[in-house]
Amino acid sequence: MTETSETRTHGIDFDALKRPFGASDLSSEEIALEVKNLDLHYGSSQALYDINMVIPKNRVTAFIGPSGCGKSTLLRCFNRMNDLVDGCQIKGEIKLHDEDIYNKQVNVANLRRRIGMVFQKPNPFPKSIYENVAYGLRIQGVNDKRKLDEAVEKALRSAALWDEMKDRLNDNALGISGGQQQRLVIARAIAIEPEVMLLDEPASALDPISTLKIEELIYELKQNYTIIIVTHNMQQAARVSDYTAFMYMGKLIEHADTNKLFTNPSEKQTEDYITGRYG
Amino acid sequence: MKLQVWFKSGNPWVWLNAAAVSASLIMVFGLLGLIMVKGLGFFWPSDLQKMDYTDKHGQQIRLMGEIWGEEDVPRAILLENDYKLTGDDEFITRYTLKTGNRDVYGVDFRLIIQPGIKNMSKPEDALVVVRREWGNFYGFLVSIKENGVVLNLSEDALWAEFEQRKERALDLHDKIVEIQKSDIGDVNHEIEKLRLQTRRYELDNDLTVEHQAELDAIRKIFDLRYAEIQKRLNDLNQKIIRDSFMVRTAQDQLREISFDKVVKVYQPNQMSLPSKLVSYFANIWEFVSDEPREANTEGGVFPAIFGTVMMVIIMAIMVTPLGVIAAVYLREYAKQGPLTRTIRIAVNNLAGVPSIVYGVFGLGFFVYFLGGNIDRLFFSEGLPAPTFGTPGIMWSSLTLAILTLPVVIVATEEGLSRIPKSIREGSLALGATKFETLWRTIIPMSSPAIMTGLILAVARAAGEVAPLMLVGVVKLAPSLPLDGTAPFIHLDRKFMHLGFHIYDVGFQSPNVEAARPLVYATSLLLVLVIVALNMVAIYIRNRLREKYRALES
Repeated sequence: MTETSETRTHGIDFDALKRPFGASDLSSEEIALEVKNLDLHYGSSQALYDINMVIPKNRVTAFIGPSGCGKSTLLRCFNRMNDLVDGCQIKGEIKLHDEDIYNKQVNVANLRRRIGMVFQKPNPFPKSIYENVAYGLRIQGVNDKRKLDEAVEKALRSAALWDEMKDRLNDNALGISGGQQQRLVIARAIAIEPEVMLLDEPASALDPISTLKIEELIYELKQNYTIIIVTHNMQQAARVSDYTAFMYMGKLIEHADTNKLFTNPSEKQTEDYITGRYG
Repeated sequence: MKLQVWFKSGNPWVWLNAAAVSASLIMVFGLLGLIMVKGLGFFWPSDLQKMDYTDKHGQQIRLMGEIWGEEDVPRAILLENDYKLTGDDEFITRYTLKTGNRDVYGVDFRLIIQPGIKNMSKPEDALVVVRREWGNFYGFLVSIKENGVVLNLSEDALWAEFEQRKERALDLHDKIVEIQKSDIGDVNHEIEKLRLQTRRYELDNDLTVEHQAELDAIRKIFDLRYAEIQKRLNDLNQKIIRDSFMVRTAQDQLREISFDKVVKVYQPNQMSLPSKLVSYFANIWEFVSDEPREANTEGGVFPAIFGTVMMVIIMAIMVTPLGVIAAVYLREYAKQGPLTRTIRIAVNNLAGVPSIVYGVFGLGFFVYFLGGNIDRLFFSEGLPAPTFGTPGIMWSSLTLAILTLPVVIVATEEGLSRIPKSIREGSLALGATKFETLWRTIIPMSSPAIMTGLILAVARAAGEVAPLMLVGVVKLAPSLPLDGTAPFIHLDRKFMHLGFHIYDVGFQSPNVEAARPLVYATSLLLVLVIVALNMVAIYIRNRLREKYRALES
């Protein structure tokens, strides 16, 4: 019995990762990000309605909800990726350690160094594996070979990719598998040591084994990073996250401890969604 | 009914496609084949034919020469031209015979008709002398003279002696050219610099006695050096005219030819096939590596090849950054709207403007306005002789750069728009600014598309002649735009161009008949140069594609 369960989860004991039911509470956590009265419009249509939430530090927060509910849009607000979209207007504020990231004085490039992001589809640059990981550091002006070597190794180790990649650092990153590419992209984000990592459906384009590896990685990473993950896979949210936010039609319906939200949701809509009545 | 079925099956469409492709291929290969056959045949050392010919006035003359062409002419045309014909053939073969000896006969070519020819033969000892002036000489060697005195030599020793003296003269000639080109050129360059320095002092009201003395002292050195070179040159000139040789034409007229006028001598009727082949390739090599002689109708086209390639390379260096920057602005920075749309339409329409209009623009704006002002500001000591205020290779390259700019802009924009959004976001999410993203990722990834634009630009620019005639191309440039005297690259110099060379040789030369094969050979060369330039660009593009093959996935 134990053996079968281990083969299925590749040695990851997910039950041990869970904390006992009801043990944690948002109000007792240290806060990394705080969203206040956030409204977002794409042109004339409103995508987010009055979002208020806090993201706890060194925890994994999952955003779930049906397609088009605004969970990715909200995620992209945290590192101002929505700035790139024509006609996107944002009202309200998001605070990173008491500093409004939408303040005019904020240097967006610096902000994005502090809040890293991994996208749905692996998007390595057409460069070598080494150069992909070193990209963010080179942007910061680090050109010392020794420093770069160290940082690249550290990042690849953190992304559990070092053993696979150490002999082919100079190969083109487009030549490795999709799962490896996605972990490489995570390593690339880790290399610049952000405070917050935004993961936008990081495993949706991957096979089950790669997905498991990514999930395991997320668990490792939360020791050092605040992680926000968008997923449409509820099992995944249940497995990897400490807190879960359920969104529906651009509104934040419920945000609570993951165990509580999945076993004892306080909102009717949440319950309908997690029991599969819609979505 | 059956026809309808056949029509619906799509077969006619396939046939139509095949026909269109075949037609294109036939046109391309037909064109290449024609210029290859007509051009490459020119270098073959053909035999000398000696004959007795009765011309249309019934006069009998002896002719010797190379047969360059033959055609069948209708009898009526010949009769109209007062030919007296017997027999009743509908068509009569007419040959074009290159008789050479322009100094003797006044013309190089003669049209002769088949019925007038008698006693055709190929005399073994017939001689072709390629001369520096007056074209080829066809005849027979009679004797060799030294200082005007005939040497007493046996028949066998004559030829050996001839070869030896010819080599000596060629050696001396090379030395003379070397001195004229480099030594005298250097001294002239220095003296010109001194003149300009003097003029500069004058303009600055700074021509003090000390300065004058200093300049005079330097000038004295150069004058001495010049005199010394001149003396060496005179010596060589004395030596080279020592020997001459007597030749006899087919009509037994005697002519004396000095060895210093000889480029090469050969006896085609004695040559075996291998030695003819050697001579053939030597001729081709001479054509691509030598300088032209005799108003471009003889010799090589090296300066034209060099000018064409250099002009295209400078054009590419100028158009690439300009086009890429413009395209990056239009695609990445500018707010998309009516204004950018208007700019795009304008850019695309620029590609349709006739090239001569660019030439006029280049002359008016670059040469007269920009060049004139550059001269006034930086080269005022040279005025009234212009430095940049006259057509030259830089203005030609710039004019063609503008001409090809639309191609590069359009191709680059295309490339930029093909980069997936995820790559941009990936870079931005790592804290790169927009510029860093462009510089480190987007532009390198678009480089294959940029190269495609450049390939099209090079193909267009290398074949363009009309605008160049206004902004820098000349019939004969005294020196290459790249040489050993500082600053090595002379962007102000005029240059020769293969395309213009074709026009000049084909239509402006005094000896059109002699030049026609050269026109074909030069055309072939121009095509080859363009193909070579394109091959290099395509090779680079494929390398880049291999490197950034993200787009294919």
